Amino acid sequence: MKVSYYPGCSLHATGKEYDQSMKAISRALDIELKEVDDWCCCGASSAHSTNFDLSIALSARNLIAAEKDAMDVMVPCAACFNRFKTAEHHLKADKDLKAKIEGVVGAKYQGGIAIRNPIDIIYNDIGIDSLAKKVVKPLTGLKPVSYYGCLLLRPPEVCQFENYENPFMLDKMMKVIGADVRNWSYKTDCCGGSLAISKTAIVVNMCDKLMRAAREADANCVVTACPLCMCNLDMRPSEGLKLPIFYFSELISLAMDLPGSKDTFKSHIFDPQPLLKQLGLV
Amino acid sequence: METFLEEVNKKINGVPIQRCYHCRKCTAGCPMAMNMEYNPNKIIKMIQNGQRDKVLNSSTIWLCLSCETCITRCPNQVDIARMMDVLRQMAIESGVTAREANILKFHEAFLSGMKFGGRINEPMMMVQYKLKSGDLFSDAMLGLNMFMKGKLALLSPRTKDMKSVRNIFEKTKNS
Repeated sequence: MKVSYYPGCSLHATGKEYDQSMKAISRALDIELKEVDDWCCCGASSAHSTNFDLSIALSARNLIAAEKDAMDVMVPCAACFNRFKTAEHHLKADKDLKAKIEGVVGAKYQGGIAIRNPIDIIYNDIGIDSLAKKVVKPLTGLKPVSYYGCLLLRPPEVCQFENYENPFMLDKMMKVIGADVRNWSYKTDCCGGSLAISKTAIVVNMCDKLMRAAREADANCVVTACPLCMCNLDMRPSEGLKLPIFYFSELISLAMDLPGSKDTFKSHIFDPQPLLKQLGLV
Repeated sequence: METFLEEVNKKINGVPIQRCYHCRKCTAGCPMAMNMEYNPNKIIKMIQNGQRDKVLNSSTIWLCLSCETCITRCPNQVDIARMMDVLRQMAIESGVTAREANILKFHEAFLSGMKFGGRINEPMMMVQYKLKSGDLFSDAMLGLNMFMKGKLALLSPRTKDMKSVRNIFEKTKNS
């Protein structure tokens, strides 16, 4: 299959491991990616927190750019995904707003392409069986808890993610690549990412709570699909509570033994390589 | 004259907040409630009471993380997360000094970075935030560590058609 690809700012910087591993597994799973032409930032929390029209217009600009390629757009960053889905929701529900935003952007919004996160594409289009067939190195001994966070799931009528209070797609993916995924009650709790820089002390407590819960569930790592959660959980928890944090795409890449699959672990702030070595996975 | 409640509802442009029957499910699930001056449910009550100044001056509206747990669980579909966005925007428009000044400064640094390059360059955005907030030294070691690991690119590709991005900022600045 072929899809448009919107990396967003994070995937070119703090989330570069996500970009690299997502491109690698897409190639291996026969998903051809075509980057959206001349995209700009989605505006993230800062736009919608301060100016509603600005937040919708920035997303609309990118959606209109993606529409030129007339394919579904894959949005790996959970924050960008959430902003695009929110803009789509408002633009489709409110004709007056649509006309106003089209005037701001200077182009028509058709609403004809689907905005999709990679978990949905891999789980529903590629399929868990096809994924299982590509596994050459099962991740035996790895015990992740799957952490979905907020932005992929909520609000449910906007994000349309399956089982938003107890999602399972990531868990099932981790199972077929050989990981012993642990069950826990914090799959969809917020990590506080959006205030990590401006209210650090509060956010450290939120991260610590998640790390304690993961440890209680007998996990030895956390798997996520959000570059903000990744950045936050990789850096903010207190010493002694930290666990290795992975993007799900890094673990799929490792299980498929793709070229370069071990390189992305080097740039994690909390080094996951000792754990992977101990388990004989690198 | 429009009441505060009417003004907020008009801006939310969805389910009117008086549909709330104060079950407090929003507050029970809110990860920030314990750090807030007034919890999310209390804010709804205060809007109904017309306590405009207290609401717009509160820390609550800035501490909301937009995790959207409240709207997900509200039995009456009151969009509290959107309500918080509306209140922040009203505070800015009314010239109220943000109770959590650094949170607003972060948003300003983020958006000014975007106006410059169309995409966020994280080191530049952080420098902007540090200068605005005066909080110069926190996270310095973390920043250095990130840089050493190649996570912070000093130069990153920008959006080419910057005119279109600046145009969006210009045309929405009074909305």
